[in-house]
Amino acid sequence: MTDEVILQVKNLRTYFHVDEGVVKAVDGLSFDLHRGETLGIVGESGSGKSVTNLSIINMIPSPPGKIAGGEVLFMGKDMLKMSTNDIRKIRGNKISMIFQDPMTSLNPFLRISTQMIETITLHQGLDEKAAKAKAIEMLKLAGIPSPEKRIDQYPHQFSGGMRQRVMIAMSLSCDPEILIADEPTSALDVTIQAQILDLMRELTSRLGTAVILITHSLGVVAGMCDNLCVMYAGRIAERGATDKIFADPKHPYTQGLIKSVPRLDKASGDRLFSIRGQPPNVIDLPDCCPFYPRCDRTMDICKRKYPTTTDLGSGRFVNCWLYNSEEK
Amino acid sequence: MTKFIIRRFLSLIPTMFVIITLSFFLIRFAPGGPFSSEKKLPEAVLQNILKKYHMDESMPMQYLRYFNDVLHGDFGPSYKYKESTVNELIAQSFPNSIVLGSVALALAVFAGIGVGITSALRQNRWQDYLAMSLAVIGISVPLFVIGPVLQLAFSMQLKWLPVSGWYGRKWPLTLILPALTLSFPYFAYIARLSRASILEVLRSDYVRTARAKGLKESAVVLKHVLKGALLPVVSYLGPAFSGIITGSIVVESVFVVPGVGRIFVQSALNRDYTLIMGEVIVYSLILVVMNFAVDIVYGFLDPRISYK
Ligand SMILES: Nc1ncnc2c1ncn2[C@@H]1O[C@H](COP(=O)(O)OP(=O)(O)OP(=O)(O)O)[C@@H](O)[C@H]1O
Ligand SMILES: [Mg+2]
Repeated sequence: MTDEVILQVKNLRTYFHVDEGVVKAVDGLSFDLHRGETLGIVGESGSGKSVTNLSIINMIPSPPGKIAGGEVLFMGKDMLKMSTNDIRKIRGNKISMIFQDPMTSLNPFLRISTQMIETITLHQGLDEKAAKAKAIEMLKLAGIPSPEKRIDQYPHQFSGGMRQRVMIAMSLSCDPEILIADEPTSALDVTIQAQILDLMRELTSRLGTAVILITHSLGVVAGMCDNLCVMYAGRIAERGATDKIFADPKHPYTQGLIKSVPRLDKASGDRLFSIRGQPPNVIDLPDCCPFYPRCDRTMDICKRKYPTTTDLGSGRFVNCWLYNSEEK
Repeated sequence: MTKFIIRRFLSLIPTMFVIITLSFFLIRFAPGGPFSSEKKLPEAVLQNILKKYHMDESMPMQYLRYFNDVLHGDFGPSYKYKESTVNELIAQSFPNSIVLGSVALALAVFAGIGVGITSALRQNRWQDYLAMSLAVIGISVPLFVIGPVLQLAFSMQLKWLPVSGWYGRKWPLTLILPALTLSFPYFAYIARLSRASILEVLRSDYVRTARAKGLKESAVVLKHVLKGALLPVVSYLGPAFSGIITGSIVVESVFVVPGVGRIFVQSALNRDYTLIMGEVIVYSLILVVMNFAVDIVYGFLDPRISYK
């Protein structure tokens, strides 16, 4: 990881206009990604993690979705203002994605070779033969046995873990600057999860790729990520270096999350901790702190106003009135 | 694959056997017979006729005799059209229906898929609304309304096309209006079917992957969407083809086409056993062969189906 910022998300807002009202899936999100960094995004289901990432490459389904504001600066250029043609040159080339479900993310009607080669020829200008050689090399790196043979097979001939390896090989085949992995292991069983994460870590550090890793699991974040964004109801609750956040979580939500991770070394008789209540419905949220109904340390202002961001120094930011001295 | 094709082909034989046997007996158990209508024939004459057609024999005997003839490609004489054999009647009518049906189906497939793609890609815009209103008309307005309307417009008013007829000076212009009419409900159905399945595939994860790879939208549609989305249309083609061939009775009468539809209805009313049987056999043969062909095509399109 270097100091060079390659991706800067500034005040991103993505809304969905549905019959019941406006879903503010992402509402005022900001973070930086440095070259070679691995950034974790954690949050409960529905907190807007996937929408954030689809917004970055401007692939929000519209209608009903719409990016209502903000900037996504990739190498200084705003991706949200680019022409479709320009952004297509970035997708799959400079910024590529891996999705949650490897069983459905590959086209069942096309051979692996077709699907890999089309990306490589599109972005690298190689001919079919060279592209196929490149694809085979990537499959080998991703740990697919006898890739020369398997490349001509169809997705259904691969297991879930193998398909995710194929997805990784495909997404790294154009040597991207950024790999966005949206819960790349949630659909796999536990032993395979660890293998896939190891593979991702090894390949991306070898290639110097920055990674945005979306996950539910704090365990995964602790093992993989330099920095961490904790998302709650479409906004960032807290962000900063992973080890600092784990050592000293500031936001009551982060504290709850870390407490609710089961630990083998702690008292075994205790019940598992869980944050009470349900994540909020993000339709027509009032301008309050969305976490206050579940928070143990609420104050008056929490019900009236969304907290401004407090800079805690050394790259740590928190959105919580507890740390904000100017108001109250 | 070759093995599968052979096995699948051999399985057509028992299917045809069951169809022939069932329809042979079903027709005979229906009340009345070919010679029981109109004025009563003198008993002696009737006996003679029955003897001539071997209908005085026991039912199993008649069945075996008929089956043997069919195996030799002989459907026997027609009981009502005394001057022709069933083979001749079928040879005169079926090809016309097949030509009409094939042209109509080809029209329906190309127009239906084209319209389906357009309205899926322009979902909820005027192109989509226009196409789907047309499809509702196609599905709900009966052929005996569409046919005369087309005649009125293109033949009477514009005088571009002949009102009716078949072979003759105007061929193949005579084909256009009946084929257009006949294709309409099939076109409408295929348009709706392909629109729905394209929309479904457009929302699928693998299309999202294709877009995230930076492919152009046209490449996404042509390479990643169409193959999967058109499978339901392919499986519909088997029944559609057989349906369109016999389902053309109305169109045949409106446009005076010498096809199989009218003979089919007449033979059933007349209890013209051999003619009915001949038509049923040829018709089911088309149906099973078409379904067989669809299975094979489907297998080539969908790699997940393995033939062992
Ligand atoms: N196409 C859409 N139409 C309407 N609402 C949507 C759409 N996509 C996402 N949303 C809404 O946006 C919010 C955030 O969704 P998102 O998929 O980003 O959650 P997530 O954090 O990725 O959750 P998960 O962990 O379950 O994947 C949800 O409330 C969801 O209902
Ligand atoms: Mg998600």
